Amino acid sequence: MKSVAVLSGKGGVGKTFVAVNLAYAAKAAVYIDCDVEEPNGHLFFKPLNYYCEEVSVTIPEIAGDLCTGCRACVDFCQYNALAYAGNKIMVFDELCHYCGGCTLVCPVAAIHESSRTIGTLTRGSGNRVMVCSGTLNIGEANGIPIIKRLKRFSGLWDTTIIDCPPGSSCAVMESINDCDFCLLVTEPTTFGVHNMALVRELAELLGKPYAVLINKALPDEPIVREYCAQNNIPVIGEIPYNAELADLNSRGKIAALCNSEYQTLFAGLLQSICGGDA
Amino acid sequence: MRILIPTIIKVTTSGINPSFGRTEFFAIFDDQSGEYTFIDNPACNAEGGAGILAAQTAVDNKVDVVIATQCGQNAADVLKAAKIKIFKAVPAKIFELVEKYRNGTLAELTEIHSGFHRRGGQ
Repeated sequence: MKSVAVLSGKGGVGKTFVAVNLAYAAKAAVYIDCDVEEPNGHLFFKPLNYYCEEVSVTIPEIAGDLCTGCRACVDFCQYNALAYAGNKIMVFDELCHYCGGCTLVCPVAAIHESSRTIGTLTRGSGNRVMVCSGTLNIGEANGIPIIKRLKRFSGLWDTTIIDCPPGSSCAVMESINDCDFCLLVTEPTTFGVHNMALVRELAELLGKPYAVLINKALPDEPIVREYCAQNNIPVIGEIPYNAELADLNSRGKIAALCNSEYQTLFAGLLQSICGGDA
Repeated sequence: MRILIPTIIKVTTSGINPSFGRTEFFAIFDDQSGEYTFIDNPACNAEGGAGILAAQTAVDNKVDVVIATQCGQNAADVLKAAKIKIFKAVPAKIFELVEKYRNGTLAELTEIHSGFHRRGGQ
């Protein structure tokens, strides 16, 4: 059983493309789309039997008649989600990180937690893959509670593929912190290499085994391989820059399903990552 | 009457800092003493909610008026709760802005932006 996180600093290098095809190439996989701001992996799998649930968080609610205006909660909140003005506590829901600290520090128990829905979680199965996606509601700032919930589906089947959000922010850290392996997808551009170096630093920091996969590889553009060689970064493989792949992907097709050549490529890649148990 | 203005450096001849939430310093003019004090803005490097913390700082310093180039919704909500009025700055030095306010030549700031933190927000 193995959990592989697919990540990249830069958006648009092909995280979802790689994650979808890896999940399809596995014998039995759970695909988890942690890019809750714009989940799109389900468009490829077209899962059926969708099960949908709401994801809620708890935010503080102030009992104004109990509040003594001591400001312990305002001073405690590191996210500036609370203010004290006009003799009352103001709560800014969208800045709250649901830590519950204000409730704990209130000396007169004037704060209790109320529930607020921030998004939805859906799962279903399509093309032999169990597909789990989260969607953060428009206007919400923090998708981490949804990512935490999504990760509960990790390990249900032999292989878990985690499709991460782009970047190297808190949401990415949350997506990868339980995985067994980080696959760093990049493309042969300066921007691609720069941002790959950032996520590599993150994988190092969290002590995760990792390797680079070069997507849209060009024979005469060695920028990624040169950088990796200079910095002792393992390169696990490359996927050629290829019109057929771009065409299949843009039409929402799973390349490994449409062409056995790609099935072999992705199954081989999974084999190199997971060893014998993929 | 106490007037708070985001300032770039701690002198009255400084220009106004166009950011209310992320300014490094505030100038506070007290018309009873006729003197200026300068304070650090604890929100200048805040990860989020800078406008709220900056507005809280204005409230805690018991100011009556804020002069700003622009102001976000959250900060405006906090200032409003404390009955602090916001006036729209014009390009000028800190002491000139205080004079203009006292002459009644500044208008109230009515255009409140929705904040820079809400991606795709309301």
